Amino acid sequence: MSFSSAEQIEKRACISGVGQSQIGRRLYRDPLELTLDACVAAIEDAGLTTRDIDGLSTYPGMAPTPAGFSGANAQQVHDALRLEVGWYGSGIETSGQLGSIVNACLAVGAGLATHVLCFRSVWEASAQGDKGRKAAMPGAGGGGTYRAAGLMEWTLPFYAPSAAIWVAMFAQKHFHEYGTTREQLAQIALNARKNAALNPAAIYREPMSMDDYLAARIISTPFCLFDCDVPADGATAVIISRRERARDLRKPTIRVEAVGTALRGRPSWDQFDDLTTMANRDAAAHLWSRTDLTPADVDVAEIYDGFSFLTLSWLEALGFCKAGEGGPFIEGGDRIARDGDLPLNTHGGQLSAGRLHGYGFLHEACVQLWGEAGERQLAATPRTAAVAAGGGNTCGAMLLARE
Amino acid sequence: MSDLPFRILPQVTETNRHFWTSGRDGRLRFLACNQCGFLIHPPAPICPRDLSKDIAPQAVSGRATVATFTVNHQAWMPGPDLPYVVAIVEIEEQPSVRLTTNIVNCAPEDVTIGMKVQVVFEHRRDGDDDVWIPEFEPAGGATDR
Repeated sequence: MSFSSAEQIEKRACISGVGQSQIGRRLYRDPLELTLDACVAAIEDAGLTTRDIDGLSTYPGMAPTPAGFSGANAQQVHDALRLEVGWYGSGIETSGQLGSIVNACLAVGAGLATHVLCFRSVWEASAQGDKGRKAAMPGAGGGGTYRAAGLMEWTLPFYAPSAAIWVAMFAQKHFHEYGTTREQLAQIALNARKNAALNPAAIYREPMSMDDYLAARIISTPFCLFDCDVPADGATAVIISRRERARDLRKPTIRVEAVGTALRGRPSWDQFDDLTTMANRDAAAHLWSRTDLTPADVDVAEIYDGFSFLTLSWLEALGFCKAGEGGPFIEGGDRIARDGDLPLNTHGGQLSAGRLHGYGFLHEACVQLWGEAGERQLAATPRTAAVAAGGGNTCGAMLLARE
Repeated sequence: MSDLPFRILPQVTETNRHFWTSGRDGRLRFLACNQCGFLIHPPAPICPRDLSKDIAPQAVSGRATVATFTVNHQAWMPGPDLPYVVAIVEIEEQPSVRLTTNIVNCAPEDVTIGMKVQVVFEHRRDGDDDVWIPEFEPAGGATDR
């Protein structure tokens, strides 16, 4: 399947500004305030004012989610900033966190809005407080009348409340089918930590060695603690603008070359047709069907690492290596290092920079493309970036290019 | 039953009652299309193959294969002794039907991908809605006693 660029309205959209709030563990700050800090920063970064913003998009919006999963919904931001929008929307049933960005691109391309404020906000660290992960688990207290329903009906009664367990089973399948090893998978975590050392906003910046990784306690085989991202408080905002309005903007815009949103397998972790891949298979194939560029054109990859294996899985899905060859591809870590063929997660990913849930990767791609990454700026400012977010049954990808 | 560890039980509805109470007679059941025989899981009111609504619970052998698994060491909630095994198994009659489940009556280190398993139910009393949680053990029975 292929489309002419004239039919692809995401190409009418561009990124004109990004912003982030304070990021940290247990900030105990008002999540709406963090959200607005990021939104205002992004609006100013684009050289716009709140009067220019006529669209609003977020993930997950008003939805029943675990504590800390959503710091603000669309209506709260709309009202706090007294926005006047031509289009707005939010939702969790979309192509991962980037689905909210894609929706904004489509709204801009369709002429419903000119400058769409997109945001993602979390306060999962403060929500856990000093009670640890248990505090964020449904029915964790024992007893009580909580009963598992919806998709959780099929996992919670089996003591499988966490995506750590669900993703671990995909990783185990990959290890079994292809001989992938923990030492190979470790490179995702080690690379993230090395890059986080150069990011003043990252949460974990002290060095981590292979020995540290292999000595860490096991969470759920084959995952150890360092394969799991770190809950954080923080918000990220991105402005999606109509490309033809670029002259109104402060900075050179970043072109949306293509998006990938497909979900062709079943929308389920355990019923998905191929347990060695995920919905990233469909989203990535969709992405490449909408561009003449190829994986060889990508200068930097900012790829979701809620769990280390998700990044490995995305590397294969996006065609940076063949299916099953993700382990050898990252082995030793040189290829994905800052000075390697495919610099990966240059801010430290969610593993070391904090779980900003998808939007952190998009933020970092933009900062690198603009050459604004400070100490961690890649030696050769990238021209093209691949951004991917999500795992399991909810995945989306974007290809961005400097104008 | 009083010595069983805490377990989050499913919300039993008219849609899923056949599944969660199936173990009453020791048999595992899925919704099946009476027209084409396709097993429909999770339960839905229509056959995805032929769109027939002529569907009803159907017993299967209870035999399955471990498609993948993980040995969980993290205390996410009150529950069984650590570590315990969470697996995805493929149902013999239609391997595209999978269950996330626990592998029991077997040491965690003995679980392998491709292992043949059989259903074993854990009965839980829950008010008026007794439920039978389908777990799986090695085919041929327990290996750890």
